[in-house]
Amino acid sequence: MANAVTAVETLEEKLTQELGYDDHFHEHHHGDKYQSNFLTTYIFSTDHKMIGRQFLMTGIFWAIMGAAMSIVFRLQLGFPEADMAWLRPILGKWIQVNEAGIGKLDPEFYYSLVTIHGTVLVFFVLTAGLSGTFSNLLIPLQIGARDMASPLLNAFSYWFFFLASVVMFLSLFLSTGPFSGGWTAYPPLSALPQASEGSGAGMTMWIVAMAMFIVSALLGGINYVTTVLNLRTKGMNLWRMPLTIWAFFVTAILGILSFPVLLSGVLLLMFDRSMGTSFYLSEIVVGGQILDRVGGSPILFQHLFWFLGHPEVYIIILPAMGIVSEVLSVNARKPIFGYRAMVLSILAIGFLSFIVWAHHMFMSGVNPFISNFFVVFTLIIAVPSAVKVFNWISTVYASNFRFNAASLFSVGFVSMFISGGLTGIFLGNSAIDIQLHDTYFVVAHFHIVMGIAAFFGMFAGIYHWFPKMFGRFMNETLGKVHFWGTMIGAYAIFWPMHYTGMAGMPRRYYDGGASFDAFRHFTELNQFITVAAIVVFFLQLVFVINFFYSIFSGRKMTVKNPWGANTLEWTTPIHTGHGNWPGNIPTVQRWSYDYGKDGEEFIPQYVPLKEGEHDHGGH
Amino acid sequence: MTVLIIVLCIILITIVLVQIGKVTELTAQIKGEREVMRDSSKWNGYLSVGFLVVFLLAVFISAWEYKNQMLGYGPHTSASEHGASLDSLFDVTLIFTGIVFVLTHIALFWFAYKYRWSENRKAEFISHDNRLEVVWTAIPAVVMTLLVVRGLDTWNTAMADVAPGEDFIEIEATAQQFNWIIRYPGPDGKLGTRDYKLTTSNNQVGQDFTDRKNWDDVLVGQEMYLPVGKKVRVRIIAKDVLHNFYLPQFRVKMDAVPGMPTYFVFTPVKTTAEYRNELRKYPEYNEPYDPADPTGPKRWEKFEYELACAELCGKGHYSMKRILRVVSQEEFDAWYKKEPSYYVSQIRGKDDDPNKGKILDIDPAEVPAAVPVEEPAK
Repeated sequence: MANAVTAVETLEEKLTQELGYDDHFHEHHHGDKYQSNFLTTYIFSTDHKMIGRQFLMTGIFWAIMGAAMSIVFRLQLGFPEADMAWLRPILGKWIQVNEAGIGKLDPEFYYSLVTIHGTVLVFFVLTAGLSGTFSNLLIPLQIGARDMASPLLNAFSYWFFFLASVVMFLSLFLSTGPFSGGWTAYPPLSALPQASEGSGAGMTMWIVAMAMFIVSALLGGINYVTTVLNLRTKGMNLWRMPLTIWAFFVTAILGILSFPVLLSGVLLLMFDRSMGTSFYLSEIVVGGQILDRVGGSPILFQHLFWFLGHPEVYIIILPAMGIVSEVLSVNARKPIFGYRAMVLSILAIGFLSFIVWAHHMFMSGVNPFISNFFVVFTLIIAVPSAVKVFNWISTVYASNFRFNAASLFSVGFVSMFISGGLTGIFLGNSAIDIQLHDTYFVVAHFHIVMGIAAFFGMFAGIYHWFPKMFGRFMNETLGKVHFWGTMIGAYAIFWPMHYTGMAGMPRRYYDGGASFDAFRHFTELNQFITVAAIVVFFLQLVFVINFFYSIFSGRKMTVKNPWGANTLEWTTPIHTGHGNWPGNIPTVQRWSYDYGKDGEEFIPQYVPLKEGEHDHGGH
Repeated sequence: MTVLIIVLCIILITIVLVQIGKVTELTAQIKGEREVMRDSSKWNGYLSVGFLVVFLLAVFISAWEYKNQMLGYGPHTSASEHGASLDSLFDVTLIFTGIVFVLTHIALFWFAYKYRWSENRKAEFISHDNRLEVVWTAIPAVVMTLLVVRGLDTWNTAMADVAPGEDFIEIEATAQQFNWIIRYPGPDGKLGTRDYKLTTSNNQVGQDFTDRKNWDDVLVGQEMYLPVGKKVRVRIIAKDVLHNFYLPQFRVKMDAVPGMPTYFVFTPVKTTAEYRNELRKYPEYNEPYDPADPTGPKRWEKFEYELACAELCGKGHYSMKRILRVVSQEEFDAWYKKEPSYYVSQIRGKDDDPNKGKILDIDPAEVPAAVPVEEPAK
């Protein structure tokens, strides 16, 4: 084994010498002017690998925050009678203690928790933490570039995200509480401080944070697209790109096209809130006060919001799909099945994501006739999605499947994507949506298909590329415990919600539907869900501890290419410096999925085609 | 104290996990890489199959356990005319997706087990298969087409507005934080005009009382009634923020939007009494309504149709409840007759009556269906 590895590395060095592209790069062994001290290396770095890690760390922080919030509101839903006074040291006045000494969660704060949980998980964790981390880390490394097209803009992208995080975090400490009108921020609730405490200063800070986040997403997106289009190494034509890069590329395009629409949407909301305009407001009597705002439409905001909101769920899931495709193929020791179909599916999903937004609005009062088109386009998405699922399964078929934490999470991703995707077929059909809209069925659907699935993609990516990020491995045993526990636990949390949803139980009910005869008979189910959520939350500690411990004391990486992968990131030195490759940049001779071809276990991308050999990516 | 205990627990767990990590790394070194991979392959292969079996069993058992929540099954049938077609569409979708769910999960986990890593196995180099890919693109496309066609048919029927000349009753639901105001048209069958600027604490929906169609309009109390078998058009209005008019048993759901009245048309087909009788057959509805009072009325006896809010509207969102009773036409008429006109009972002759001191040319409690064209003097 060791000899084989050395042989491969020698071959790699030889080929990079002979065929590599010489861009007259000079390596500075003691750090260049951009990485000379602690501050420029770790904090204000312009190195894409460091920025990727910064996105990941901030993402992990928000994931823990968001999950902790969900535990508090799950406690409320599972055990509404329980005494929550013990949370007073953390939540302060949001726990109201009555004369009997029983502490109750404030309803307003319950809605704040739900809102901030949604916002931070969708945007800060699964957009910035997932796409931000892996686009940054992998785009230059896998396409053979020294860094992003504009490292400085890239650093700005992180720092705008950081500022957005700071503002959002500070809003948690407002005396009127953080925003509480749902992550979709529908006006008039979000526009009128009279209608809800959280719509005061909390909403202002939410808007400011979101505006900065959008700037971050745009700076990042522009960079990713430019880098993929312009900085590919010699020979890396589009059809030779790994599916990760395809996914990040399309994700970035979706972000560039849709985030500005959300920005304009929230800016108009800000005008309505503070400048007396009526974009979204009309004929409102709130708290006995008659407002003189007429002519606006709350539906307009919903259109603007979901024009981002729907592409956004693909911004979340596409990078996970790309990561899973890569990790599955590497560990199956077999090419990804139907590479071109996978690329075309990504493009089709990306395109369709722009013409389905109003399926979130079937019951919002839009003309029912319009919904016909959105039903058709929405259900068409099932076709490329099904193709992807069948291709992942076929990749595992007749493979030599290595079980490790990364590949397990990829299998878990496919399972979650199937389960959650299939319930989308119910909801996308507007007739069924009449009953299921805004019930727990929807909660189950989107948590499984874009929450858990995207998290699994993220975990797969972290376990797989951890050696590239930190030069060490995460502990495999703990990784597998983490996977199996989370896999079972995540289904235990979200599967039962389908049943309450079918019974018609609306989401966002503070008392879990206790005042309705139709919804209140799910006490045991709600308790089960809450217990499962708590168990899964603590299971994630296994990951967090494994992650941070391994950064400093994990098993050291001793070979450059530990997984036997074909892609270029594994040709960089173990401790990858600024500029990624010390000498020439390797050139690409073939697609990235030659696993098990012609009796070779794997043939990296820099190995030239043999005479008469067929390149599967280029045809 | 609690915080201290939690912190200590977390520290303890951390130490345990780090130790487990160290031990497994050491064992791995002793055993050697190949042996570790062999073990991992074996155990995770078993776990894959084990998970598959347990997961599918859990799915089927839980679905059986909660079968009475399935739309259109058992006690959970629709009480409206359009609801039945929606329920059957749900069931058709459930069958198709159920088959795909089971087959793909079996394939996924079984392949992972069957083709688990071994030193002797070689992965086959299969990059693609055009024929297979065409097949599995075509199958979902065909199934989706079927579902779309049926879905749109159901949708357009369910959402159709009343046709001209059709017999229906129109009522109005006004949502505000955090309750509903339900307005009936009174003997003339027509809801009077409203203007949000006229809203006062006495005139909650902003009725314009110079419009004589308003004189006989009724604002009903906690319980609203509808006659069975009669088409009802609900005009849905929001005063402050978004709300949603949601009648779960009737498969009725529509946002209430400030500044933009919406509507939903449906026909109740089961009276409250009939629905109760159906529920009576199911053991869960024979349990006492109030668990603290085991000898009291059973759940089916106390069953009521409920109106809920299904769009987040603020901190009282979860409490916007109203009771709906569906009764026979005769019972409905008897109830309707007794409900007083809001204008007559609360406004007439008071300071905020725009017609104060005027003699009205018709009995305000009995405005005829054909309202005279002439407008009362302003």
